[in-house]
Amino acid sequence: MDKFHSLKGIAAPLPIVNIDTDMIIPKQFLKTIKRTGLGVSLFYEMRYDNDGNLNKDFVLNTSPFDQSKILVAGDNFGCGSSREHAPWSLKDFGIRSVISTSFADIFYNNCFQNGILPIVVSPENLDQLMTAAKNQIEFNIDLPEQIIKAGNHSINFEIEEFRKERLLQGLDDIGITLGYQDKINAYEEDKKNKKPWLFKKN
Amino acid sequence: MSNQGPKTLFDKIWSEHLVGQRKDGTNLLYIDRHLVHEVTSPQAFEGLKLSNRPVHRPEATIAVADHNVPTINRQNIEDPQSKIQVETLAKNTKEHGIQYFDLMDQRQGIVHIIGPEQGITQPGMTIVCGDSHTSTHGAFGALAFGIGTSEVEHVLATQTIVQNPAKNMRISVNGELPFGVNSKDLILYIIGKIGTAGGTGHVIEYAGSSIMGLSMEGRMTICNMSIEAGARAGLISPDQTTFNYIKGRPYAPGTEHWDQAVEYWSSLPSDNDANYDHEIVIDSSEIDPMVTWGTSPEDVVSVKGTVPNPSSAKTENKKKSIERSLEYMGLKPGTKITDIKLDKIFIGSCTNGRIEDLRKVASIVKDKKIASHVQAMIVPGSGLVKKQAEEEGIDIILKDAGFEWREAGCSMCLGMNPDQLKPGERCASTSNRNFEGRQGRGGRTHLMSPELAAASAITGNISDIRDFT
Repeated sequence: MDKFHSLKGIAAPLPIVNIDTDMIIPKQFLKTIKRTGLGVSLFYEMRYDNDGNLNKDFVLNTSPFDQSKILVAGDNFGCGSSREHAPWSLKDFGIRSVISTSFADIFYNNCFQNGILPIVVSPENLDQLMTAAKNQIEFNIDLPEQIIKAGNHSINFEIEEFRKERLLQGLDDIGITLGYQDKINAYEEDKKNKKPWLFKKN
Repeated sequence: MSNQGPKTLFDKIWSEHLVGQRKDGTNLLYIDRHLVHEVTSPQAFEGLKLSNRPVHRPEATIAVADHNVPTINRQNIEDPQSKIQVETLAKNTKEHGIQYFDLMDQRQGIVHIIGPEQGITQPGMTIVCGDSHTSTHGAFGALAFGIGTSEVEHVLATQTIVQNPAKNMRISVNGELPFGVNSKDLILYIIGKIGTAGGTGHVIEYAGSSIMGLSMEGRMTICNMSIEAGARAGLISPDQTTFNYIKGRPYAPGTEHWDQAVEYWSSLPSDNDANYDHEIVIDSSEIDPMVTWGTSPEDVVSVKGTVPNPSSAKTENKKKSIERSLEYMGLKPGTKITDIKLDKIFIGSCTNGRIEDLRKVASIVKDKKIASHVQAMIVPGSGLVKKQAEEEGIDIILKDAGFEWREAGCSMCLGMNPDQLKPGERCASTSNRNFEGRQGRGGRTHLMSPELAAASAITGNISDIRDFT
């Protein structure tokens, strides 16, 4: 997995609440069997008109936001389906961090599997960062220090230690768990005796 | 979480499935059953291949194609991408020795319908699937939640998931349900009350006499939409209704283990004095048949109500969000809900595509005709639901009323297959999401119960089942 240490760049303001995964990447793009190539379809229905032309008013279609590495968005970002295509499309576009007051659980998890840092801030801080983003002020996100700097603002954020470590080191989660294979096997042996119906062959 | 003291249903399942703690402090939770479908699995199987890892326990996984499949003429999937995805699932499951119900198998259907139907879903289990509506299986007292594709790969490779415990929330609904009010109204009402982020970080346990009085189908509808309330999982204590439903199904415990299983299942309900991080109590007499007016499942209103006015919003953000929804939905504040004219009716999905739902619709539309300006479609949740309905003559009643009778799949709930709304079309839908573009670009979705959707199909407007004779 790609590492995440620090990030410097322009942040796109998306002051909409409840941005759902259907908005991030609509269903017609879920038919792929690859993880890549979804960036052009990110926010498809807001980004393109009915004829497939770029909607010039949409923030990610305007300079300098077409080069954004960060999104600043309204409450409950990423609600809806479990599709990992949502973080895949963000990453493929170049977004490596999303800042909001809250995230839906599955989306939040999926970000960390893909080297994307979702950051939760207070509503007051979100307002400040939204304004800074609109004013095209460069953001500086430092994961080891857990701090966002944008203009005069310097905002600390919380992150669970194991998630931070995984991003910093770009760890392979499955590889780590396979190190506990003996424990998994022992668990199964124990349950085969205690709950045999769970191991019945059909 | 301590091992002593009273425990919730969630606590009990959690501690029973803890394999251990990793050095990074995270917990490894054992997964009893893994359900796989064509959309969120190809990249996971590809990941296994690239790192040369086997599937740890193939017999714990069951696969089916549901999201992409056509509901008519299914011998041939016309969309080449959909076709590749379905074929990829067939190939991957064969390669790894995973049970797969193919499109011609009568057991094929929506993954969350067939799990319970086959008896795969059982109390006390942990169940995951790369689909957010996995919460459905919580109706059996199983801890069931949706996961992303990277986690699908993790479960395939290790039969475990990295997880930290959720918080416990209990929503109790008490009292006899008023006439015309059913499980879909209950869950829409709850989502309206707590909001789409109300359950974030929590597992919601539904309790109280209204909930425990529901059939398994009704309980599944409730747990299904836990994700729309922000919770990854919903739970309902298993009881005799649960055991009766499971008994005799193909994957249920056989006679040799039945008593032992029931004894264990009976130990699962939350202890009387268990602690919850959050408690909500609802009196069912305050609930009306509910309908969504906007583009978030929390945008609910009584069918007797009106479209809200943005100026009544408490915050500027909420005001903007209402304005945006109304513009998308093409609705004016103050419009009576029952004055909203419909173009399409969709009955189906993992929320309301079970036999009980079809029976209710049939009882309402029997000997009637759908309004001349609407197109109505009914998509059974599985091949077996379809077969059962046909044995009961339900298909004839529905076809006579003017409904299209389709093959099983997710269909217009998300419109990955050809069943989609056109821009501006307005649909009464028994599904679970009314997001912008969900049922087709520019499509307008009103979520409601099968009863309301059936009545609305006949009148052509959103209708209150209580006025309908």
